[in-house]
Amino acid sequence: MPETLARDDVHELKFRDPVKARALTAAIERVLDEIGRDRVSVMHVCGSHEQSIAKFGLRSALPRRLSVIMGPGCPVCVTDMPEVDEAVALALDGKVVATYGDMLKVPGTAMSLAEAEAQGGRVEVVYSASQAIDLARGTDDEVVFFASGFETTAVATAAVVLEEDMPANFSVLSAHKYIPPVMEIVAEMPGTNVEGFLAAGHAATITGSAIFERFVERHGIPVVVAGFEPLDILAGLLKLVELIRDGSAAVANTFPRCVTAEGNLVAQERLWRVFRATGGNWRGIAHVPNGNLRLRDEFAGVDARRRFAIDLTPLWGHAPTTLLQSCICGDIMAGVAAPTDCDLFGKECLPGNPVGACMVSNEGTCKIWHQYGGHPEL
Amino acid sequence: MCLGVPGKVVSVEGQVALVDFFGVRRETRLDVIDEPVGPGDYVLNHVGFAIRKIPAEDIRETLSLYELLLREAGGDMMADDVRGEIEAARGAARQEAARA
Repeated sequence: MPETLARDDVHELKFRDPVKARALTAAIERVLDEIGRDRVSVMHVCGSHEQSIAKFGLRSALPRRLSVIMGPGCPVCVTDMPEVDEAVALALDGKVVATYGDMLKVPGTAMSLAEAEAQGGRVEVVYSASQAIDLARGTDDEVVFFASGFETTAVATAAVVLEEDMPANFSVLSAHKYIPPVMEIVAEMPGTNVEGFLAAGHAATITGSAIFERFVERHGIPVVVAGFEPLDILAGLLKLVELIRDGSAAVANTFPRCVTAEGNLVAQERLWRVFRATGGNWRGIAHVPNGNLRLRDEFAGVDARRRFAIDLTPLWGHAPTTLLQSCICGDIMAGVAAPTDCDLFGKECLPGNPVGACMVSNEGTCKIWHQYGGHPEL
Repeated sequence: MCLGVPGKVVSVEGQVALVDFFGVRRETRLDVIDEPVGPGDYVLNHVGFAIRKIPAEDIRETLSLYELLLREAGGDMMADDVRGEIEAARGAARQEAARA
């Protein structure tokens, strides 16, 4: 057992160390004074960052002039409708579709996987790719792992695809996404005015912080890798506003305890041996060149898209519901709207009965704001 | 889903480690970690795989957020994500039974 902190150390504290938190927010305030503008906008791209920001009330502690926006940091939310449709079609066709729990209620064109299950489709929730393989070992039926997540999670999928004794009835329907290219898209979107990015610490554990060098070069805005503790996030934001003040388009790593410049090379080798980056739509955002991770040709036999003739036409006779058509998830993920700008938020659209993907996933901006009480700075 | 969870390695057998996650023992795979780990090391785990050995001097700082979160009741999404990450590691019953 790891030694535990005395309960009083953290009792009722928004911050583990309020003195440090105040020093960091004061330093951010000073840098904003030096920048001298009444609005500086930065974006993070990670559901866990948003959870921590909302849970620990960081926005109310930060100067109002600093706008911290969540971008497309929820891999479940950006899974495109036709990708969900493929999983739904396979489930309705008698395949066992194994997927992460967050994927169940994500809307497809005609229905979600949960609705497909209610119609007799076969859907199993797993916490890991290994559990999906275990499912396949326990049955003769075809088991399709509907795999979502960014590159960090895709590494685990790659590792099971590379297993030597993979059961013949196992395949992968990849909805994995690759974060660096979408940062390029969002940085150029009119209306976002993002002046810097906070990158997710644990994703960068694998990719390394140097992966953002190319982005910084091309777009001329800084990227800071930060951890998830409230103090880690404040330290990351301080570094980011300092770089903005100095006009320095650089990559900085404020999470060295988990992230190195080169990252985890073993994991990267597995990732790129199994996957290639290819263009595809991210729900509500745009076509993202190199934004989708798909299985390489060598693994065609494990690729559900190539193993099965997936027929989507029966699903495409239905239009999405009127409610879904007024969902603004895409604008929220692009950072040009907030959940509170949506007419459905907290009314027709609730975690128990979500309309859009951002209210489905624990990493979706809408669900996070709904759970942790919204956006105190506004 | 992008918040890994730290745990302490209890034992290693080939590419699988038995890891103690705040009192819950689970199996974690070692195929994608980039340095050797042994009993007593702390590793950061994501969806059933160890992705990083946590440097000894950073362990305490790394654990504190999780200790705070795991005191939360169900329904807190950060706490649920951490519990989900622990669930992602395979049940250790098989390995422990083999050992007994």
